[in-house]
Formats: sequence, structure tokens, C-alpha cells
Amino acid sequence: MTDESTNLMREAIERAIAENRVILFMKGSPDQPRCGFSARTVAILETVGQPFAAVDVLPDPRIRQELSALSNWPTIPQLFVDGELVGGCDIVTEMYESGELMQTLGLDADAPKEPAPEADVAPAPPMSIDNRL
Amino acid sequence: MSATAGPATPEELKARIEAGIPGANATVTGDGQHFSAVVSAPSFRGLSRIAQHRMVYNVFGAEVGDRIHALSIQTQPGE
Repeated sequence: MTDESTNLMREAIERAIAENRVILFMKGSPDQPRCGFSARTVAILETVGQPFAAVDVLPDPRIRQELSALSNWPTIPQLFVDGELVGGCDIVTEMYESGELMQTLGLDADAPKEPAPEADVAPAPPMSIDNRL
Repeated sequence: MSATAGPATPEELKARIEAGIPGANATVTGDGQHFSAVVSAPSFRGLSRIAQHRMVYNVFGAEVGDRIHALSIQTQPGE
């Protein structure tokens, strides 16, 4: 599909990534994640104290479709920092545990390291950016 | 269009990863929906994590998120 609305969706995603230094595309919202992988990624960002923008991909299947086409990455969540895809839950977890995540985010790498946090999954709302910057 | 039908199995995923990535060695666990793969391959050397994981995802294409509901990946350069 390459109709007008799809192009607009792609542009909206590109703009969101460009305008937010740290942005997470996820299922559900940070307060009500609707997938364990999204919940875990949110929990890590909150643990390291990183403010982030969040986009729920669930309200419109085109968000995920266009995002994955753009990023060449098939799964959700997807964390972008400075316009670059950092990874999904696995990579973010691995980088958190190794301390690399703090570096990538430009945070104080001496902060205490705990095992990656677990998080709860809850039901949620539409493409809106939940801005936590 | 995939050549495989029916529910995915850890054995199938292991075989396809090892066939799709030169020199790869994979350990796959899963319940038919959610899978977890640990993959080592000499061809990962020098690549970013993102690039390494993409190589594994690319073995399955559009099946990830569909027939293979979730695929958790851990990669390491081969010995």
C-alpha cells in the first residue's frame, strides 16, 4: 500500500523519531503496557531515569507496518535514540545489564546496576505520542 | 509465502537458523508461539547487535510476528 494516508503515516513516524531524542514504539502506553516485552523495556527506561516519548502502535496497524518498513526491524518494541534504532527488548535488556545503555543514553554510567526489572501488563488507548520528556 | 506449514517448533527454527546463517550454531527453546534463540556465528563478528539480530530475523521474514509470534534473540560471535 502506498496511498496518501500511508505516506502521511510514514512521515508522522519519521517526524516523531526526529523530534524526540529518546522515543519508544510500544504496545500500549508506559502506564498500561499491553505486552510483556514493551512493559520490560519501559521498566528499564524508568529504572535508569531516562525520560522518553512513547507511541502506542496498537490503535492502527499501519503504524507498525510503516515503522517496521522504515526501521527494517520486525518486532515491537523499538527504541530509538538520536534518530537511530537501538533495538527491541532483548537488546535493550542486554545493554542495560552490560552498562552500555547508559552510555548510549548519555546517562551516568556509575548508577547502581540491578537485574533488569520485570513489569506488569495492563489494557490501553490511540497514534498519539505520550511525551515524557 | 513460506515453505513451512503448521505450528513452528524449536527444532524447525534451529535448523533454519543454522541453514540460513553461515557457520551458525543455534539453541532454540519455545512453546510454538514464543521462542527464544541463542545463536553464535563467526559471521556476526564485527557487526553491531542490531545487524546480528537482523540476520536472525531475516531467516524468517514476515513469519516473525505472525506464525512465529515472538522470537527473543541473543547473539554471540562464534568461537
